[in-house]
Amino acid sequence: MNVPTSDLLAALAGGLTIGVATSFMLIFSGRIAGISGIIGGLIPPQSGDSDWRLTFLLGLLVGGFALRLVYPAAFPAEIPASTLGLVVAGLLVGFGTRLGNGCTSGHGVCGIGRTSRRSLVATMVFLATGMITVYFTHHVFGGAA
Amino acid sequence: MTHRSVSFITGLLFALGLGVSGMTQPEKVIGFLDVTGAWDPSLTLVMGGAVFVYLFVFRVVLPRRDRPVVGDRFGIPSRRDIDAPLVVGAALFGAGWGLAGFCPGPALTSVVTGMTPVLIFTAAMLAGMGLHTLYKKLREGA
Repeated sequence: MNVPTSDLLAALAGGLTIGVATSFMLIFSGRIAGISGIIGGLIPPQSGDSDWRLTFLLGLLVGGFALRLVYPAAFPAEIPASTLGLVVAGLLVGFGTRLGNGCTSGHGVCGIGRTSRRSLVATMVFLATGMITVYFTHHVFGGAA
Repeated sequence: MTHRSVSFITGLLFALGLGVSGMTQPEKVIGFLDVTGAWDPSLTLVMGGAVFVYLFVFRVVLPRRDRPVVGDRFGIPSRRDIDAPLVVGAALFGAGWGLAGFCPGPALTSVVTGMTPVLIFTAAMLAGMGLHTLYKKLREGA
């Protein structure tokens, strides 16, 4: 455990920015900025309830594009993962966030930020299973997924 | 302002925050979850920083307003019950998160890199969401 101070400051700055983004949506739109919920509501799209979801997605993509231009270090040079691992992981994340009504943003930030008991439980559970999964992939079976 | 522009700005800021914080680097996320190995605690500050701001706004700013700037009411979830779908869903999500190091926001933010692993993960994630839609329909139909 030896983390450069710059990583800590970057994490804090990013976290504060995410706090501002989610708070902005709360005060301006009265909505919870849960990414899996916003995107999941597009599958399938419901008439009259898609525009704001699509512009949110567009904002994420434009933000990603801006990062590539200004701060390319935000993205890794390569991602060492097997196709099978990525497919299984993606299915679990997609199905799980919809079944559990939220992900890191909806439960982890907005839910805990309003001291919701459901979100606190969900966050403890996904942190725990995430840690257990990494324990198995990295220390029991060795090597990434 | 419209709901459309509010959510665009939210998405944009969110992506920048994720990119700066380190959440768009799956190896770093896995390092954060690797508590029995070379644990990288820095990402605790992402959730910590975000919750700090949100908590303040929720407790101090929200009570002074009777409606959002756009729209006529605040849509705050009111459920308090801890049910099986909540726990099982969170458990499945965490397993997938630990397996690939991606949660939904960072994956979508990274799509513009065009990297094949990101595209595969994101496509599978959207398919997983679609499977849940089907699952819900089947259950409601039963």
